Amino acid sequence: MTQTLAGYNFAYLDEQTKRMIRRAILKAVAIPGYQVPFGSREMPLPYGWGTGGIQVTASIIGRADVLKVIDQGADDTTNAISIRRFFAKTAGVATTEHTADATIIQTRHRVPETPLRAGQIMVYQVPIPEPLRWLEPRETETRTMHALTEYGAMHVRFYEDIAHYGRIATTYDYPVIVNDRYLMRPSPIPKFDNPKLDMSPALQLFGAGREKRIYAVPPFTKVKSLDFQDHPFAIESWDEACHLCGSTTSFLDEVLTDDQGGRMFVCSDTDYCRTRTS
Amino acid sequence: MYVAVKGGEKAIDAAHAMLARERRGDPAVAELDLAQIAQQLGRAVDRVMIEGSIYDPELAALAIKQAMGDLVEAIFLLRAYRTTLPRLAASLPVETDHGLVRRRISAVFKDVPGGQVLGSTFDYTHRLLDFALAAGTPLPADAATAEPIGAAPRVADMLGRDGLIEPPPPGEAIPADLTRQPIDFPADRELRLQNLARGDEGWLLALGYSTQRGYARNHPFAGEIRIVDVAVEIVPEELGFAVEIGEITVSECDMVNQFAGSATAAPAFTRGYGLVFGQAERKAMAMALVDRALRARELGEPITAPAQDEEFVLSHSDNVEAQGFVQHLKLPHHVDFQSELDLLRRLRAEHDQRKAAAE
Repeated sequence: MTQTLAGYNFAYLDEQTKRMIRRAILKAVAIPGYQVPFGSREMPLPYGWGTGGIQVTASIIGRADVLKVIDQGADDTTNAISIRRFFAKTAGVATTEHTADATIIQTRHRVPETPLRAGQIMVYQVPIPEPLRWLEPRETETRTMHALTEYGAMHVRFYEDIAHYGRIATTYDYPVIVNDRYLMRPSPIPKFDNPKLDMSPALQLFGAGREKRIYAVPPFTKVKSLDFQDHPFAIESWDEACHLCGSTTSFLDEVLTDDQGGRMFVCSDTDYCRTRTS
Repeated sequence: MYVAVKGGEKAIDAAHAMLARERRGDPAVAELDLAQIAQQLGRAVDRVMIEGSIYDPELAALAIKQAMGDLVEAIFLLRAYRTTLPRLAASLPVETDHGLVRRRISAVFKDVPGGQVLGSTFDYTHRLLDFALAAGTPLPADAATAEPIGAAPRVADMLGRDGLIEPPPPGEAIPADLTRQPIDFPADRELRLQNLARGDEGWLLALGYSTQRGYARNHPFAGEIRIVDVAVEIVPEELGFAVEIGEITVSECDMVNQFAGSATAAPAFTRGYGLVFGQAERKAMAMALVDRALRARELGEPITAPAQDEEFVLSHSDNVEAQGFVQHLKLPHHVDFQSELDLLRRLRAEHDQRKAAAE
């Protein structure tokens, strides 16, 4: 067993806290898309940097798990490295960059391009869990709106977008209806990734540490992106292919190469891109 | 040829090494030790203990040293440590009218039983930079020290005997704990006070100040401010009687506010309350002002100002949460930004097409 951090429990959190979080996760799985309040703890990483995801991962991870952490789809972004190191240090678990090898994938802002399989768990870091927050800042109000399935305000906002811009102007954190019941934020993934949530064989857990909420999409659950019949949901597309692997179907990052307007496009999912080029 | 940004791990290690070197500063200058910080930067230590929600001057001093004097960072360090500690017992309520009174003033009576005790305070010092201090100053020979002053009943209790002030609002026998359960709105006063006690001092100071400038003005008088060493007692289950486990210094503020009355109740002053660790009466006073403002709902007052808005005040008071979320904007957001770019380009292309068609 790898040496873990002296003076701290396995995966940092004490066992009672993990049990409390697991109870919240079970409730979240039982009511897909419903935001379960939980006693979020201060973590040694700052709020807003993935504390919700870290607490979820810490409470479900076991010694046999293999952890992958991505940020913007990449394994080598600094915050992904920092979180991966945190678990390597506090839990001594194996880590990987290969989507297929991971049992738990903690992510910020992307879903891997490689299709997930049954048995894998996606852990999403969530900054603002409430999909209605920009329409109504008060928790007391939004709670009632969820209870009454009162989501008309979101449709009105989309309608206003169409009136102003000719199209729905939400590109990430695009709201979805889970299991025909709860309106849910998929976390700030690009809407490109929304279809991957629908009927996914993997368990998908969402942790919001600062806002103290956990929610879930169990495997094989219907996840529908909000839209209108005459303005159906559509995802981003690129005229270019990935400069490195030539993919025409993955989400591409735009990289500025000079100050003369030069740019190139490369896969945001570094593992996917590398697998295709090697 | 574009090379994906690699070497993040090395960069992190190098950055941390650089931080450690900067923290130490010039090796020719003596390194700070924790006792120096705890003894000579006591107000910083107090603030870190209050907002870090743990009474431990030595750990607070360590956090301040590690954070290079960045107190919000030090508070964060202490909180992250605190959350891993087991909770062994709940103490009995501390009795602030017993114990060693370090300072005790009332602005509503010229004199009060037990006396006015000025204690050590910045009040009435002229804020002139003391250049002599730069070279180190000898201790004043005849400095007073805190002494027990005997019975010093609370001013609010004395007003309460005549019914001039409302009785303390009733509370839950076992108050909820906001470090274990997320706050739920509307929140009980116990939870509100817990939130304010660990809330950012600057946030409370500004909100308290706003009530004085007419945003939910509530006519406060500083009924009493006291800084007192109190015993902390617990009742271990196996013993069944209270044992003292230590002593802490606290600053307490009882505000006496505008009176309210109704058809059934005679008019009486109302209360605002602040209590914090250490010597931090500015925070305790601000807390008392905001506590009173947040009682608007309970007292049937119109809610018109930010300081009265419970969700607004309590959801944004925690500087550990606030600093994290504000600073998370430093993290890469290029995926979401790419989606926005994509949309913006489409909208601009459509705009140009419409313009061209119109011409």
